[in-house]
Amino acid sequence: MSNTAAVQEHHDDAHHGPAKGLMRWVFTTNHKDIGTLYLLFALLMFLVGGFMAMIIRAELFQPGLQLVDPEFFNQMTTMHALVMIFGAVMPAFVGLANWMVPMMIGAPDMALPRMNNWSFWILPFAFVMLLSTLFMPSGGPAGGWTLYPPLSLQTGNSFAFVIFAIHMMGISSIMGAINIIATILNMRAPGMTLLRMPLFVWTWLITAFLLIAVMPVLAGAVTMLLTDRFFDTSFFNAAGGGDPVMFQHIFWFFGHPEVYIMILPAFGVISEIIPTFARKPLFGYSAMVYATASIAFLSFIVWAHHMFTVGMPLGGELFFMYATMVIAVPTGVKVFNWVSTMWRGSMTFETPMLFALAFVILFTIGGFSGLMLAIVPADFQYHDTYFVVAHFHYVLVTGAIFGIIAGVYYWLPKWTGHMYSERLGKIHFWWSTISVNVLFFPQHYLGLAGMPRRIPDYAVQFADYNMISSIGGFAFGLAQLLLVYIVWQTARGGQKATAQVWEGAKGLEWTVPSPAPYHTFEDPPVIDDSKLAHGDVAH
Amino acid sequence: MKKQNIVVVILAVLAGLLLAVWGMFAVGDNMPRGVTEFSREAYDLHMIILWICVVIGVLVFGAMFVSIILHRKSRGAEAAQFTHSTKAEVAWTVIPIIILVAMAIPATRVLILMETTAGYEMDIKITGYQWKWHYEYMGEGVSFISSLDSASNAARIKNSGIDPASVDNYLLEVDNRLVIPADTKIRFLLTAGDVIHSWWVPELGWKRDAIPGLVNEAWTEVSEPGVYRGQCAELCGKDHGFMPIVVEVLPKAEFNQWLVEQKGPQDDLDTSGYAEAGDSAAADTALTSTVN
Ligand code: HEM
Ligand SMILES: [Cu+2]
Ligand SMILES: [Cu+2]
Repeated sequence: MSNTAAVQEHHDDAHHGPAKGLMRWVFTTNHKDIGTLYLLFALLMFLVGGFMAMIIRAELFQPGLQLVDPEFFNQMTTMHALVMIFGAVMPAFVGLANWMVPMMIGAPDMALPRMNNWSFWILPFAFVMLLSTLFMPSGGPAGGWTLYPPLSLQTGNSFAFVIFAIHMMGISSIMGAINIIATILNMRAPGMTLLRMPLFVWTWLITAFLLIAVMPVLAGAVTMLLTDRFFDTSFFNAAGGGDPVMFQHIFWFFGHPEVYIMILPAFGVISEIIPTFARKPLFGYSAMVYATASIAFLSFIVWAHHMFTVGMPLGGELFFMYATMVIAVPTGVKVFNWVSTMWRGSMTFETPMLFALAFVILFTIGGFSGLMLAIVPADFQYHDTYFVVAHFHYVLVTGAIFGIIAGVYYWLPKWTGHMYSERLGKIHFWWSTISVNVLFFPQHYLGLAGMPRRIPDYAVQFADYNMISSIGGFAFGLAQLLLVYIVWQTARGGQKATAQVWEGAKGLEWTVPSPAPYHTFEDPPVIDDSKLAHGDVAH
Repeated sequence: MKKQNIVVVILAVLAGLLLAVWGMFAVGDNMPRGVTEFSREAYDLHMIILWICVVIGVLVFGAMFVSIILHRKSRGAEAAQFTHSTKAEVAWTVIPIIILVAMAIPATRVLILMETTAGYEMDIKITGYQWKWHYEYMGEGVSFISSLDSASNAARIKNSGIDPASVDNYLLEVDNRLVIPADTKIRFLLTAGDVIHSWWVPELGWKRDAIPGLVNEAWTEVSEPGVYRGQCAELCGKDHGFMPIVVEVLPKAEFNQWLVEQKGPQDDLDTSGYAEAGDSAAADTALTSTVN
């Protein structure tokens, strides 16, 4: 089986460290190197996507058009979303998985190291291609990240590059997902049974299945766009007998699981961090696993809640409303379990814990607005307004991205061997958390007051909230430069980290020295139940 | 820690959270109640679900803050080691399910109300184009194009030098308003000539997509005469932000008079948009409506 092959292969180069120079990074098959590459790439894309957000917020700072033309504004909203979703959030989670999954399950590396190298190195090419469309004569895509036809079919010839880039990202994600599944299912150390795995590993296992299930669907959808646009097919063209609404069904069959692809690994990170800093085992470990699995299952049958206004039959609207409401139950279970983990713990509030606590509250606020959006008659008002924009930024920025940032602070000492500056970390936390709420909370009001999303200019009654939101946006953007500085500073030096790093940390990754040696667990570790992060093994 | 102190902490946290909730309501805008039965029902559902979320939020965040204050290492808290509580886990699975069922019932009722177009007294066809609306009073021989009014149109040019605040109803005014009678159940038939648009007037309580090749239905019945404003809600290209909707509701008698006036010389109406649309579907609509 593949795992023996992988282990075998790895023993060949077990006795030398990393190669020198640039080629180390180009040819590396080491999960830690590749994890680092993914994380740095994600950070870069986070800055690029963030820069686009700054352009958007600058234009929306006051009514009237001051800085950009509407067409370019639409390119910015479209590209911002594509870059953040496919370039920042997803690669960051794959990076975390690369670094941590092998160490958490006591494996020497990923199961398929060469494929691992390839799945990373596709990404820079995909994004160079995607971003280059902004400089093409016909401009970048401007029809929204959802690429709805017929509008998206009005994109110029650059559309072909966009679609090809999406195909490449999809291939990269699928390869990454296969690798993670193969690693988790085949490479666990003896004694690391499935129900002993840390939750981060569990959530990633489930996420990987979601990825394999839906990325090909996206690929199919965009391929049909490609042939509609360039080869005169009529999948989505009403004049030729096609159906524009069909695209939306296919897209959201991918799109809704996709939003869970972006949050489940964050659930995992938070489920590692809270027990550590509460010094208490995770509450309801198996309930957490089952809740994650049911969320993943339900995510396949709620897609049309993104399209309540397309004029579905009543029965369809009711079904998708009920199914969407049901998702709130397992999501609630997760939140209750996190709070119960804190309850009667012995908490300390280092930066990773602060971000985790902010995650619990702010993600839940996003969940609340999600529940509101599920109520179809009310969604007839909310849909396609800033209320939706507020919803998904609460779950994605203060959810997915806060989860990533929490994970980075949590594991950075393990990666670099140095402690980050706790003082700067706290400044970064408070600055980010306050500004992100100034940025996104008023957007709820904007949506309720009637401001549609994806508009470059607006009626004057929306001016105050927009200005507040923009100020929050600039502040939040600036705060992330501090994150870059902190990471850079920690990588270069600082107080030496112990193997354990955090007093309450449990799990295999804390049994290896900091920084983690280039090769870890070449001999499988012995699993000691009392060293696991949850107290559930007996059950 | 003394019992009394714990009570003080709990009360302080609750007070803090309630203050925060009050603050959020105090500074914020809310969904309009609107002027139709449906819009009021949607508003009520919105408020119910919002309050449900507020109550759950206060409980959950309250427990969390109490824990953050009391169960911290710096106060000498010792970590308990429990990992289960079947009672609690059953409770927080079952109670949400009950709440959701209770919520689903009125939501279903209101949705059925919205989707029942039967009994309408008048039909209006709405067609979205990049970037204007075409309205046709079916069977009346009246139709026209409605697009952004010229004052807004001048001010919205990049660096126009015109202060948007100086323009009346900036971006929310049109050249030709959609005029409808009060106290009349009107069915709208929505479609589009090029890309997808979405017709939305918040005061009426809903938006519905206008999709090429497809005809969607929606309805309204407004009791209060007045002017109600909205915008296209589905991204439809560069001027998506500049295709507002203005509905003017007139008492029935005045409406009938208006309709008669419209049937007079058709030339008064601004039909210049058709040529620009440069789209065969647009031309078709133009043709049928003028022939009528
Ligand atoms: C309690 C759980 C949730 C519920 C009930 C829920 C419900 C919804 C609904 C009904 C919409 C469509 C709103 C509309 O367009 O009118 C929506 C939009 C969205 N949700 Fe959620 N949601 C939940 C959690 C999440 C999570 C965890 C994420 C991602 C991490 C997420 C990301 C999004 C995004 C990105 C959109 C907008 C997509 C777009 O139109 O561009 N949601 N949600
Ligand atoms: Cu969804
Ligand atoms: Cu539009």
